[in-house]
Amino acid sequence: MIELRDVSHAYGDRPVLRGISLDLAEHRIGIIGANGSGKSTLARTLNGLVVPDSGTVRVDGRDTRRDPRAARRRVGFVFSDASTQILMPTVAEDVALGLRRVGLTADETRSRVDAVLDRHGLLDHRDHPAHLLSGGQKQMLALASVLVTEPDVLVCDEPTTLLDMHNARVIERTLRALPQRLVLLTHQLDMLQGFDRVLVIDAGRVVFDGAPDAAIAHYTALMDARAPSTEPSGLREGPGERS
Amino acid sequence: MNVLGLFVPGRSVLHRLPAGAKLLGLLALVTVLVALDDHRAGLIATPAAALACLCAYPATGLGLRRPLRLLLPLLPFLAVIALFQTLTGDPWAALRVCLLLVAAVLAAGLVTFTTRVSAMLDLFERLARPLAPAGVRPDRVALVLALTVRSVPMVAAAWQESRDACAARGLPAWPHLTVVPVIVGMIRTAEAMGEAMTARGVD
Repeated sequence: MIELRDVSHAYGDRPVLRGISLDLAEHRIGIIGANGSGKSTLARTLNGLVVPDSGTVRVDGRDTRRDPRAARRRVGFVFSDASTQILMPTVAEDVALGLRRVGLTADETRSRVDAVLDRHGLLDHRDHPAHLLSGGQKQMLALASVLVTEPDVLVCDEPTTLLDMHNARVIERTLRALPQRLVLLTHQLDMLQGFDRVLVIDAGRVVFDGAPDAAIAHYTALMDARAPSTEPSGLREGPGERS
Repeated sequence: MNVLGLFVPGRSVLHRLPAGAKLLGLLALVTVLVALDDHRAGLIATPAAALACLCAYPATGLGLRRPLRLLLPLLPFLAVIALFQTLTGDPWAALRVCLLLVAAVLAAGLVTFTTRVSAMLDLFERLARPLAPAGVRPDRVALVLALTVRSVPMVAAAWQESRDACAARGLPAWPHLTVVPVIVGMIRTAEAMGEAMTARGVD
């Protein structure tokens, strides 16, 4: 269970999270919100990538401020741009990176890496240079690299944003089949069908928390009310670095 | 296929040799060829070594295209070196230096093509262990090397994107137009990679 209590955070003088309190225990949780709403920052607090300015985030009772590594062991994180998440030159080496500190033998590491690559359709590419994979394969590799460490929870920050429809569907199917608990941030609202709970974030606050259909309806109404114009001047301000 | 992680899988003797042994062999070969005092012996040993290295490519399943691709970029340098050496006196010395470079590049290519980057990094990690009492973390040394290798294609891609962006707007790819976006892009990429390392527990 991930518990957030009165979590607030700001980048400089721009607040991005304002007093959020949540208990995240469901199997499939979606988070939606406009660009700059604070959802990515909220996701990053869940595994200690961002330590909030005030308030606490606890993963299975452990405070991410005091023990961020324990939080990261339990909560895996997949970014939207897989290219920056892939750190090693070849596919197998990148997946093996996460196991360096687990204390496995070379044979155990190899067998775990191969099992994960096989499960995600990448075994034939195990010795290929990671930077030559397609966009969909890179995202699958990013996913495999996190899953090899067997986290209890997976947080995915818009994992299909940079993918075409086919690859997005493959990633979606893969995510749906995972035994892990999943927290999914997405702008592709159809991905949230069947989820247990969906949060709508706006201006750093949770403005709706409920079933997917109701959450999507709330979010759609919110966006309709906010975008009366299709002129370029009607574009929302970006987060600068991150929302 | 080159040093940037483009290991060619195979089952040859060279593939099975430990990375340390291969690097030591490479060092020994180049040292012997350079240190040979007798000019005549050098003129026999150097082309023999180059030929042996060249023959090792098909013997290890690497074919002949790879060594030829390795040597192609070397040709202009060989031409300049040969010209300089010939003009300064000894055409046989020019021949020997050029053949030495060919042998060294072919031998280094053999090591690269038959050694996984991970094996090379493990070796560097082991080599860095004696420095641990001085505060050097061997795992960090290996990781830095791996990230360096990984970053090369990223920089190349950023450079190409910057050139394409200029071309798309009808501008020539002048350095002052391309360098700044590449640097800014790489700084952002470095930040994102740092965050990814933290997220994956590699901090």
